[in-house]
Amino acid sequence: MTDAPQTGPDGAPLLIGMMGPNQHMLLQGVPHARELGMELLSVEPYRARLKVPYDPRLIGNPLTGVLHGGVITTLLDNTSGIAVFCAMTKFMSTATLDLRIDYMRPAEPWRDLIAEAHCYRITRNIAFVRGACFHDDPNDPIATSVATFMLASNSSRKKAKAAEGAA
Amino acid sequence: MTGLPSLADLRRMGDITQLLQAIPYIQFLGVTGERNGEQVTLTLRYSPQIIGNPTLPALHGGVIGAFLETTAIVQLVVSTETDRLPKPVDIGIDYLRTGRPLDTYAAATITKHGRRVANVRAEAWQEDRSRPIAALHGHFLMSGD
Repeated sequence: MTDAPQTGPDGAPLLIGMMGPNQHMLLQGVPHARELGMELLSVEPYRARLKVPYDPRLIGNPLTGVLHGGVITTLLDNTSGIAVFCAMTKFMSTATLDLRIDYMRPAEPWRDLIAEAHCYRITRNIAFVRGACFHDDPNDPIATSVATFMLASNSSRKKAKAAEGAA
Repeated sequence: MTGLPSLADLRRMGDITQLLQAIPYIQFLGVTGERNGEQVTLTLRYSPQIIGNPTLPALHGGVIGAFLETTAIVQLVVSTETDRLPKPVDIGIDYLRTGRPLDTYAAATITKHGRRVANVRAEAWQEDRSRPIAALHGHFLMSGD
């Protein structure tokens, strides 16, 4: 664990501090994550770590056995989204606005992919996240990412819906 | 061995189906495609397995990114003389609208093709091509390491 504060920018306690053993639910509700065999390794304030086990169904280059870049994209997107949840003090829905990925080196065949993401800034409307994907050493990344997410509380979504209906 | 036909052969045959079928992950996602002259259009068939948010419901953002990246690579194979699969160097994806539980289409444009690196833009849409759900721009390494 890092010594990151257990509270959000507003001083309220973080949601993940209250989840306890229900943390695994964060991935269970995502059908495509289940389909990929994605696993939640750990969550802590503002950070998440996930894994996709090597699977021949996910190969992108049949000549080398290397996994498709899209698997890395999906893993970084999902890990970043959970890192945003790890920075929330009340539940809000998230939508990815932008995801940028640099591919530093090819993944190696037959090895699992791990991603870590850090939500380093969260405002009322937007969350900013950095991430990295690697085999076992975070300092030797296969890919790094930066992403922004739009946040919407349930009440603001209801208001938007009502405005749409009135228009 | 793996049944991946040579890329030069594929270009000559003018058929991208064999290329798509040779790549396991493309089959896993449920992507098919057609080629009209030089222009490739890929289809991501809707299935419940590609949902990311069941409440909305919405397609997984990662799948849309992966689909756009695949479209860029297939277009590069068709339009250039490359003898191996282009590798992504960097990609940026803008998410413009929710991906609804429908079939999704994508097409790519090669903005610049240098000797080693190509710059590509791709767009994904559902019912209305003029209302894209996501756009990608990226650089792809065509040769060398």
